[in-house]
Amino acid sequence: MKSEGLTSIKSIAKSHTFQFFIMSSPSSTTISFIIKPVVFLACLLPFVMLVYAAFMGSLGVNPVETLTLETGSWALRFLLITLSVTPLRMITGQSWLIKLRRMLGLFAFFYVSLHFTTYIWFDQYFDWAAIVKDIPKRPFITVGFSAFVLLIPLVLTSTNKMMRRLKRNWTKLHSLVYVIAVLGVLHFLWLVKADTREPLIYAGILLVLLGYRAYQQRFVKSR
Amino acid sequence: MVILIKQSSGIKSSEITPKSIYLNRRRFMQRSLAGSVLLGMNAMLPAWAKPWEGIANSAFSTSEKPNTLEAITTYNNFYEFGTGKSDPSKNARNFTPRPWSIAVEGECARPGVFDLEDFIKSETIEERIYRLRCVEGWSMVIPWAGFSLADMLKKFEPTSKAKFVEFTTLFDKSRMPGQERRVLNWPYVEGLRIDEAMNELPIMAVGLYGDVLPNQNGAPIRLVVPWKYGFKSIKSIVKIRFTETQPSTTWNIAAPREYGFYSNVNPAVDHPRWSQAKETRIGEPFWKPKHKTLMFNGYGEQVAKLYEGMDLKKFF
Ligand code: HEM
Repeated sequence: MKSEGLTSIKSIAKSHTFQFFIMSSPSSTTISFIIKPVVFLACLLPFVMLVYAAFMGSLGVNPVETLTLETGSWALRFLLITLSVTPLRMITGQSWLIKLRRMLGLFAFFYVSLHFTTYIWFDQYFDWAAIVKDIPKRPFITVGFSAFVLLIPLVLTSTNKMMRRLKRNWTKLHSLVYVIAVLGVLHFLWLVKADTREPLIYAGILLVLLGYRAYQQRFVKSR
Repeated sequence: MVILIKQSSGIKSSEITPKSIYLNRRRFMQRSLAGSVLLGMNAMLPAWAKPWEGIANSAFSTSEKPNTLEAITTYNNFYEFGTGKSDPSKNARNFTPRPWSIAVEGECARPGVFDLEDFIKSETIEERIYRLRCVEGWSMVIPWAGFSLADMLKKFEPTSKAKFVEFTTLFDKSRMPGQERRVLNWPYVEGLRIDEAMNELPIMAVGLYGDVLPNQNGAPIRLVVPWKYGFKSIKSIVKIRFTETQPSTTWNIAAPREYGFYSNVNPAVDHPRWSQAKETRIGEPFWKPKHKTLMFNGYGEQVAKLYEGMDLKKFF
């Protein structure tokens, strides 16, 4: 029984599908026509579920709060997911993962935009005078707003064309995403009343990602 | 919330069970389901009745439409049962608020430890439909069943040294799982100035919607001070103490710049991190504009006089 089990594990490891996922890179056709669309739909899922819940009236007792918290959480999650693409690529050796990074980053912006729209629309109800006062007044909003504004140039320069045109400056510009993620976590830490557990979990993840980056820069320069 | 024991055959259990057992069972289920009980009171009432059904409506009640029982019982800030809004409704399910006693201490002529039933038996319970404004910026309308705090406090004959009243929540990690984590300085403590406490508006609530007070709303007995932010209305009270000096209160200890001792609802004094000018009225369509928050939550007529000459920006 035991050795049989072991052989079957070995055969799975050698099998084509396993190799496909772990060892070899998928072809560019597979990436373009299967992986990217699937990831795209997966990334859209939280949005679809929120819209569905909104129409079904099942956003909970305080719908505006639910919308704010869900979109904000997904914005932060996508920022962190985007940041983990490069470390993941280095660790697994799957360089094609980089092809998903732009989409993930744009989804982060998509959810921040929904988050900001929720604030403008359902929280402040287009009371521009109040909004203009509120953004500089409430430190956690100031920080969140800065993160949002800083994301805009990254979105505008996310095309291949801009990447080519900006060359090395592109990398410099886009390292802003670390600053944005720090601001996002700070925004979260700052808004909770007493229970800091959840934002601290995000802070921990970000710290690991930043630490990995710093380590790479310092000791594995060549990359 | 009357519990019917539905059988698939369609036969009522009353038809196949001796009536006394059936009634007892129903009474038992009512208690365990509502999660709280006022034994003595309940026994005097027919088993199928909600204990506070049919009580008189107070003249202080608002005519605004109350929130649904579901909203009031599933969206709670009660950190003793978890910090999420829906945590208390889940984590307080097995809480048994009985037996329950309340200690009355400090600057008064008649201190003592009282059984809950004795504590409330001479009080007039009435319905008070009050607005509740949370410091987080949302509000509800809640039909409490309760009695005047002032009437109750007077029975203990506070002395001239009694300048404040301090209230304390139960501290028992085994029954209140949220207390395992020190998100706040347990036990939860709140307080009022004596003239605030002697005002006609504050009540000790023992019921909701004519029924016993659900666990997640502060069973078996809680304070309701409608012109102050919700966190002042302390839940599951085990101790009341008359003091000469201002009590140290839990949220004030946690963040003194953000939660003052007074914490009167005041649209002109913002929380350092957010505006208090408006509020989300729970239950209203989310795509509609928010309500403007009213000074003293709209109870200025009864309470503005308490703060004459005080700088409410300083004493927030
Ligand atoms: C990169 C930008 C941003 C990120 C990553 C972000 C993330 C978050 C997160 C994670 C939360 C808490 C969710 C939870 O408690 O589960 C949150 C809440 C919130 N955010 Fe943002 N946010 C961003 C930008 C903004 C902006 C631009 C605004 C408005 C101008 C804003 C306003 C708010 C508000 C009002 C809350 C809710 C506060 C509360 O309920 O007390 N955020 N955000």
